[in-house]
Amino acid sequence: MNNNKLHQQFIASLVKEKRWVRFYQLLILIAFFSLWEIASSNRWIDPLIFSSPSKVYTLFIDNIADGTLFTHISYTLFETVLGFIIGTLLGTILAAILWWSPFLSKVLDPYLVILNAMPKVALGPILIVAMGPGMGSIITMGAIISVIISTIVIYTSFKNVDANYLKVLQTFNATRLQMFKEAILPASFPTIISTLKVNVGLSWVGVIVGEFLVSSKGLGYLIIYGFQVFNFNLVLMSLLIIAVFATIMYQLVELLEKKLIKNE
Amino acid sequence: MNFLNVSKVHHTYFSKEAATEALQDINLSINKGEFVSFIGPSGCGKTTLLSIIAGLFQPTLGTVKIEGQDVFENDDLSIGYMLQQDYLFPWKTIEENITLGLKLLKKENHSIASKLLKDVGLPPVEKKYPRELSGGMRQRVALARTLAVNPKILLLDEPFSALDYQSKLKLEDLVSEMLKEYNKTAILVTHDLGEAIAMSDRIFLFSPRPGRLYKTFEVPEEIRNLTPFEARGHSSYSSLFQLIWKELESLEQ
Ligand SMILES: Nc1ncnc2c1ncn2[C@@H]1O[C@H](COP(=O)(O)OP(=O)(O)O)[C@@H](O)[C@H]1O
Ligand SMILES: [Mg+2]
Repeated sequence: MNNNKLHQQFIASLVKEKRWVRFYQLLILIAFFSLWEIASSNRWIDPLIFSSPSKVYTLFIDNIADGTLFTHISYTLFETVLGFIIGTLLGTILAAILWWSPFLSKVLDPYLVILNAMPKVALGPILIVAMGPGMGSIITMGAIISVIISTIVIYTSFKNVDANYLKVLQTFNATRLQMFKEAILPASFPTIISTLKVNVGLSWVGVIVGEFLVSSKGLGYLIIYGFQVFNFNLVLMSLLIIAVFATIMYQLVELLEKKLIKNE
Repeated sequence: MNFLNVSKVHHTYFSKEAATEALQDINLSINKGEFVSFIGPSGCGKTTLLSIIAGLFQPTLGTVKIEGQDVFENDDLSIGYMLQQDYLFPWKTIEENITLGLKLLKKENHSIASKLLKDVGLPPVEKKYPRELSGGMRQRVALARTLAVNPKILLLDEPFSALDYQSKLKLEDLVSEMLKEYNKTAILVTHDLGEAIAMSDRIFLFSPRPGRLYKTFEVPEEIRNLTPFEARGHSSYSSLFQLIWKELESLEQ
């Protein structure tokens, strides 16, 4: 047998494996929803609390038809994406300031630890009183929840960049700004991307909690409203929509990762 | 007049635990176009001295002047520094790596990359990334990056020690030939006594704790004019090797 043939066999086996993986993934999905439907219609679980896929689907179609769902989704998405971007960007900027001034970073060190340890969602009520019960405070929640941890992680990565890269730049008389641009920042891109991945999840938490508190629009509002009027079809529908969009956001970050990090 | 003058240089590193005296009263001068080597046991301050000459930090005491100008006061002095590893930036293409210094000094010149690649004996790999090249090729790119800014002096801190033997011998020949061609002054730090003899005009031997200039050796004329590879086969090479080797041995006891 020649090499070419072996290679083709190898590729064929990869394709085959991938097909089986997809098959089982799909099987789990179908099994989950069918089991849910059957359990609900046979009253193995309380249909009032756990709803059922068919009810969720009917509600979904109704809400799409009357246009309300679209508004809620777009509010939440907008808040989450903005909170996520602001949180990561602010974290990166703060990390850059700390890198710039080692003295400042020594001074601020204990405060970062305290702020990081504190549950940020507990600030929610204060934010809402201070900024008003609107989109501003919800976006702030989405950002504040990720900003400190991003700062700490990204700053650590800035500090750990091999000093010899800076030595090379120094022999070219580089300024500190040039060192940041040419070495510190690009060397930390992988870390920044991995904080992005974590922050996707965090900003959803911040925004949903914010919407719980503000209670006027968005998927978080639908959940809390559904809970109050005991409409769990609505709660579960919102949860499923959140799951879908959170996944899409995560996939987009992974796409960005592939584009940005060429050297691995 | 001498090209490079190191006079009365002392350097002490301070940390919370201790003050380490790394260099004590170093005086030396080097002529234009000369190739010298620093050798000595590990920890005798060779890297420290090279960093000071490169202007990376100021010595505790003393001055370093290149063509009469203090290396710390003059920002325009370009110095080429090569380290043990290539430290090519992995996210930059080979071309971007080579022209990095020019970019920082605002003298951008894109055609220089392909010319330098040719000079250091590499195929046109401008658009590739460092990870696609072997260790020896990467160190050649690092040499090209160093030469791109047309430095007045080249400082080489064990640049061949991470390479396999064959690449090392080839690179020694290349560096030696290129420096002669461009008439560059260079200082090589090395662990390899043979390399020092094969490449240099003069050899400075340092002794440790604290780092001091212990002895200077002239490499005989007949070896200097040979390529490093040929020099290793010359009869005067081994006698000089024996001589310096004995001194090194006595230092390490
Ligand atoms: N950044 C530093 N801080 C403290 N001590 C240092 C530092 N760099 C080097 N030293 C000490 O200075 C001495 C000389 O080091 P170095 O110049 O690296 O020697 P060599 O290059 O000859 O091996 C050693 O004792 C080393 O431990
Ligand atoms: Mg050293």
